[in-house]
Amino acid sequence: MSKFRKDGKKDLPAISTASLPDIVFMLLFFFMVATTMRDVELSVNYTQPKANELVKLEKKDLVSNIHVGVPLRKFQKTFGTEPRIQLNDQFATVADIQAFIASERESRKEELRNKLTTSLKVDQYTKMGIITDIKQELRKASSLKLNYSTRQTAE
Amino acid sequence: MARKTPEINSSSMADIAFLLLIFFLVTTTMDVDTGIYKKLPPIPEDEQLNDDVKVKKRNVFSILVNRNNELLVNGEVLSISQLREKTKEFILNPLNKEDLPEKKPTTIPYFGDVMVSKGLISLQNDRGTRYETYIRVQDELAAASRELKDEKSVQKWGKKYAELDDDQKAAVRKYIPVQISEAEPRNTGGK
Repeated sequence: MSKFRKDGKKDLPAISTASLPDIVFMLLFFFMVATTMRDVELSVNYTQPKANELVKLEKKDLVSNIHVGVPLRKFQKTFGTEPRIQLNDQFATVADIQAFIASERESRKEELRNKLTTSLKVDQYTKMGIITDIKQELRKASSLKLNYSTRQTAE
Repeated sequence: MARKTPEINSSSMADIAFLLLIFFLVTTTMDVDTGIYKKLPPIPEDEQLNDDVKVKKRNVFSILVNRNNELLVNGEVLSISQLREKTKEFILNPLNKEDLPEKKPTTIPYFGDVMVSKGLISLQNDRGTRYETYIRVQDELAAASRELKDEKSVQKWGKKYAELDDDQKAAVRKYIPVQISEAEPRNTGGK
């Protein structure tokens, strides 16, 4: 009896890893809930301007994005270094915007179609000329809810 | 004879969970979309209608931004940091100055009969203006509007505008109308 005990004292009991899956699952669920899949591959580069008076965009599925920025380096040979518009995955021109808005409307349920917001994600050094053209096109497409995407100014 | 059921080996469970976890970690984008919300004016059906709206000069707060990102506010060169105070003064017109907007008596729920400013902010920018400057001007105007609304609601209810209920908000909005109209841009600066 006493001999048996002496042996057992020497090695430490293995740490139970039974709770490890639970911890990992907890993290997993957190990321699953917080995640939104990246829907487009950006071909333009932009740094959004900063502002203070921000509003959060509530319903992400009711937002269609228009990106404006300088093409990435690999596209610069074909598209130049001037800011360009990107709709979905492709470079586009101002003339394509109405068709884009129409297709965005088409893909939503009927009752939600007039609740679509357009979010403009624009590089801070872009000239206003291109933005004004976009705004005119949006007005023509009567998609009047607009959000200028900005970052929060560091306090 | 009752046999003991062997315990299921769950050590691979962690691996599976890790795999999923890493997948979601990679695909996740956490950034919340924030921005300045604006409503565009609809295109007028009749082009001539636009010209009929005549506003007295004293009621217009005209902001011009040129392609060098400089501001001209009612004929006066200003920096963006001064814009907020100027806007607030314009809308409130506390001293009833001659060159600041007129007021008309209006009945508003909660406030009763008050004088409401007829001021209108007109923003015009050049095609060569930088987007960043445009956003900063919009931001300052929004800040001025919020500060005025906060002031009024703190006076009345001791609460900030954002904490009011919908009816109260509507009343404050009526009291402090901040109308921003954006003119068609001028084509002088080039792209």
